[in-house]
Amino acid sequence: MGEVIWLTVKLAGVTTTLLLILATPLAWWLARSQAWWKEIIGAVVALPIVLPPTVLGFYLLLALGPDSPLMAPFQAIGIRTLAFTFEGLVIGSIIYSLPFAVQPIRNAFQAIGERPFEVAATLRASPMDAFFSVALPLARPGFLVAAILTFAHTIGEFGVVLMIGGGIPGETGVLSIEIYQLVEALEWDKAHQLAALLLVFAFAVMLSLLLIERRTGRLRP
Amino acid sequence: MSAAPETSASGLIEASFRGRLGAFALNADFITPAAGVTVLFGPSGCGKTTLLRCIAGLERLPGRLVVEGEIWQDEARFLPAHQRPVGYVFQEASLLAHLSVRRNLLFGFRRTKDEQRIDLDQVVGLLGLEPLLERGVARLSGGERQRVAIGRALMSQPRLLLMDEPLASLDRARKAEVLPYLERLNSDLAIPILYVTHDLAEAARLGDRRIALNGGQTGPVIDSRDGAGDAGLSARLAEVGPDRLFEDLCAGGAPPELAQLTLAALLAGLPPWRAPDQRA
Repeated sequence: MGEVIWLTVKLAGVTTTLLLILATPLAWWLARSQAWWKEIIGAVVALPIVLPPTVLGFYLLLALGPDSPLMAPFQAIGIRTLAFTFEGLVIGSIIYSLPFAVQPIRNAFQAIGERPFEVAATLRASPMDAFFSVALPLARPGFLVAAILTFAHTIGEFGVVLMIGGGIPGETGVLSIEIYQLVEALEWDKAHQLAALLLVFAFAVMLSLLLIERRTGRLRP
Repeated sequence: MSAAPETSASGLIEASFRGRLGAFALNADFITPAAGVTVLFGPSGCGKTTLLRCIAGLERLPGRLVVEGEIWQDEARFLPAHQRPVGYVFQEASLLAHLSVRRNLLFGFRRTKDEQRIDLDQVVGLLGLEPLLERGVARLSGGERQRVAIGRALMSQPRLLLMDEPLASLDRARKAEVLPYLERLNSDLAIPILYVTHDLAEAARLGDRRIALNGGQTGPVIDSRDGAGDAGLSARLAEVGPDRLFEDLCAGGAPPELAQLTLAALLAGLPPWRAPDQRA
């Protein structure tokens, strides 16, 4: 059971780290761009919210499988397939949780408004400088919310993981799959323990989100 | 529009902008010495803020801007805002919420490449900021915020200080609190100031020179102190009286509202707060 929890936390941790790095420039662009077509990208990013996880998982299975043209460059370096691997799960989780990271960060960037950047410019900060010295620190609550949501969402995902992971112990067998398999095997006691653990975790997540919201509301000048 | 004063081009601010921003048209043109306080004043919506933003590089309209012989904008180039050595004080203090008062003050200071003539102690002393330094900005009063904003602009070692109605968001008591600091600013530091206001009394109190602005158009530079910077308006006023001067201004191409505003600025008199021995 320890192995299952460790694998799940590892997946959520790796996904969250990579996703925050990926989501930051994307959210910045969505928040600041004037391009008319940016909401098309915005819709693609938001798609996993409404798409059934099994549909997303199905396409990912095709995309990461041995016959996929997307896999050609990987096959050149000796990786035949990413389906049913930990790395494949990370890719799937990143796509699945994309809107949960991008949206809070984008909102936080938008809430800053134009003025602090004008202030920074009149104080000799280049646009790049202002991004790091003004935008990132002012958007910190958004990053915190994005990290918590991504982590929790990854822990709780089931459909995508089932489709592209298959529940291989130590490789792709994460908590939510384990609970499903335990119930299938009528091992109710063990299922109870894991389910209760996730329930407590989910409560802690919601509580921390609400506390962050209250704190940023109070700090807003 | 205004005759060039008897100083070399290196001691001047030459600005001319002509263009549209949405429904608003700016047609501004002035030359003023890069010394003392030049007040741009006019009713709200007349383009004061837009003009100031063009000078800071925050807005881009076709035109030309030369500050002390350095071209900041012409047909070929446009110096981005962060490369212009200006200090800008916005109407609302706009302090950076994630930084303490001290770190707000040091934000521009740390990024300036010019010689650092103004240091933290000087600014803190001038604006009375000592008790505020370690505080966050969220709990400062309106007057305190505006003083920090002014200090922050000064700390960036500006060669030109742009102030956009820095007192307008304050009530009467806070105004009275900040105004003396503004006056000291001008007498203690040799930084030319362009000061925007809709308040004629403020313009008269602070300004060495005044430029009326109406409907996006600038009037002539008025320097009622000695008449050196203007087109001889003060002398002309004494000679022919206000009615005739008004007609002259209109004949010179100024719309009636602008001519009226210019006359009002001319009549508002000498800035009373500058001691004669401090005059250049």
